[in-house]
Amino acid sequence: MSSIVEIQQLRKTFGSIVAVDQVTFTVGQGEVLGFLGPNGAGKSTTMKMITGFLTPTSGTVKVNGFDIQSQPLDAKRCIGYLPEGAPAYSDMTPWTFLLFMGEMRGFRGQDLKRRVSETVQKVNLEGVIDQSIETLSKGFKRRVGLAQAILHDPSVLILDEPTDGLDPNQKHEVRALIKEMAREKAIILSTHILEEVQAVCTRAMIIAKGKVITDGTPAELEAKSRYHNAVVLRFRGPLPEGVPDILHNVSGVKAIEELLDGEAVNGYCVVSEGGQSILSEISECAKNQHWDVAEVSVDRGQLDDVFRSLTMPAQSLT
Amino acid sequence: MGRIGVIFKRELTGYFATPIAAVFIVIFLMLAGTFTFYLGNFFTRGQADLLPFFNFHPWLYLVLIPALAMRLWAEERRGGTIELLFTLPVTLWEAVVGKFLAAWCFTGIALALTFPMWVTVNLLGEPDNGVILAGYIGSFIMAGGFMAIGSCVSAITKNQVIAFVISVVVGLGFVLSGFPMVLEFFSGWTPQFFLELISSFSFLTHFNDISRGVIDFRDIVYFLSLIGFWLFATALILEWKKAE
Repeated sequence: MSSIVEIQQLRKTFGSIVAVDQVTFTVGQGEVLGFLGPNGAGKSTTMKMITGFLTPTSGTVKVNGFDIQSQPLDAKRCIGYLPEGAPAYSDMTPWTFLLFMGEMRGFRGQDLKRRVSETVQKVNLEGVIDQSIETLSKGFKRRVGLAQAILHDPSVLILDEPTDGLDPNQKHEVRALIKEMAREKAIILSTHILEEVQAVCTRAMIIAKGKVITDGTPAELEAKSRYHNAVVLRFRGPLPEGVPDILHNVSGVKAIEELLDGEAVNGYCVVSEGGQSILSEISECAKNQHWDVAEVSVDRGQLDDVFRSLTMPAQSLT
Repeated sequence: MGRIGVIFKRELTGYFATPIAAVFIVIFLMLAGTFTFYLGNFFTRGQADLLPFFNFHPWLYLVLIPALAMRLWAEERRGGTIELLFTLPVTLWEAVVGKFLAAWCFTGIALALTFPMWVTVNLLGEPDNGVILAGYIGSFIMAGGFMAIGSCVSAITKNQVIAFVISVVVGLGFVLSGFPMVLEFFSGWTPQFFLELISSFSFLTHFNDISRGVIDFRDIVYFLSLIGFWLFATALILEWKKAE
């Protein structure tokens, strides 16, 4: 797998504020990299530097081998970019706007019209194609932004919060579109919706205070969760007595948390020591105790838990 | 058509897609007419020329052109489209020039629509049409000067009202610097070369020559280099603070 986007020691400061600090990574074809991080973590700033909008304080960005600073036009030709909030010229219609963006990308005549029509179909803009962009709903505006980003079939797609403000159906559509394009492209998207990472990303990177904190597949991230391989145990009928004490004695158990069904406790989440698998031990124990168990399941780990513990280190100790 | 052309076309059609074009042109023509006939005593002068018409152009442009120019970059910044524009394969220079040329060309269209003035004066007498042509050329190129100032100021702020006010003030400085009251203020206590320097920066000094039919190479160079300077400053400011 050859890397299409290469980022070396990228750093950006605004006055005394360090927005992005020594970020280094590469993205290859077929990869969908998800940038995760709290607001103000430096996700957008990093994307703005990759796309050549902001000049880095230090460090380099290479896209398809072109340096964004010394060969900006060549690099920008390979990039499709959806900026945060999907800005577009609001007095234009999607049709005239996309024609303009296509012309700026060097397409002319029949080729231009064909490309715009195909893209319009891909993102389902046919119904509003001649309305002025300022009258469009948030979902349609986002699609217009997406359309201009993929119009020239770029090898690199940079999407800043592509599904922000969309309804669940629209989110699903956009994710399907991203997945469909993923094979031939290198895609970087930012989000703070964790389920999105699981849904579309092949790789996730958590950024906080301008630094890359962790970089791995969504599964690897989940493995960092306190709840990785935790066993959820729910009971049918009344709760047997002394369950927590009995479970504590099973080997590999680190902690036990009560699960609520409304007001009443109807089960426990058994957290494993160091993320080891404890399913067989727990089910063995349940069988021996003749507990009337309704559900036993293994938690893969919760991304938002990992997210919280990594981005707010002080509180992860508790 | 190059990328400057693509930007030029989008900007120019943008004026006509919104009420801006209609409002600007109508008001420009109304004011130009009112000034010429009432304040300029077009008829009672009894001369077949367009001097009273051209004399008011600096003042018209002073107010009207900042109104056009204020949105050039402030609007891109406010709408976030500046990020779109500068992540396209386009150079800063192409974008600055493309947008400026479109706005300048638009004022040219408004100016061209004053042709009934020229028809009138030709019906009433036998004017020197060469002088009138020179006046039109001078007026157009001066409009470019005002527009370039406005473009630069518009790049500084995303607030269009601020952009408008500052452009008017800077423009006023360039118009007034040739005025006796400004020059008198400086005369006596500043050296002569300084006075001449201030006066040589005046739009009025250069425009008056042209509008009397004297197309001096230096006047044209003055306006063109002024445009060049302010566009260069626009590009610098955008590069420096495009993300703010």
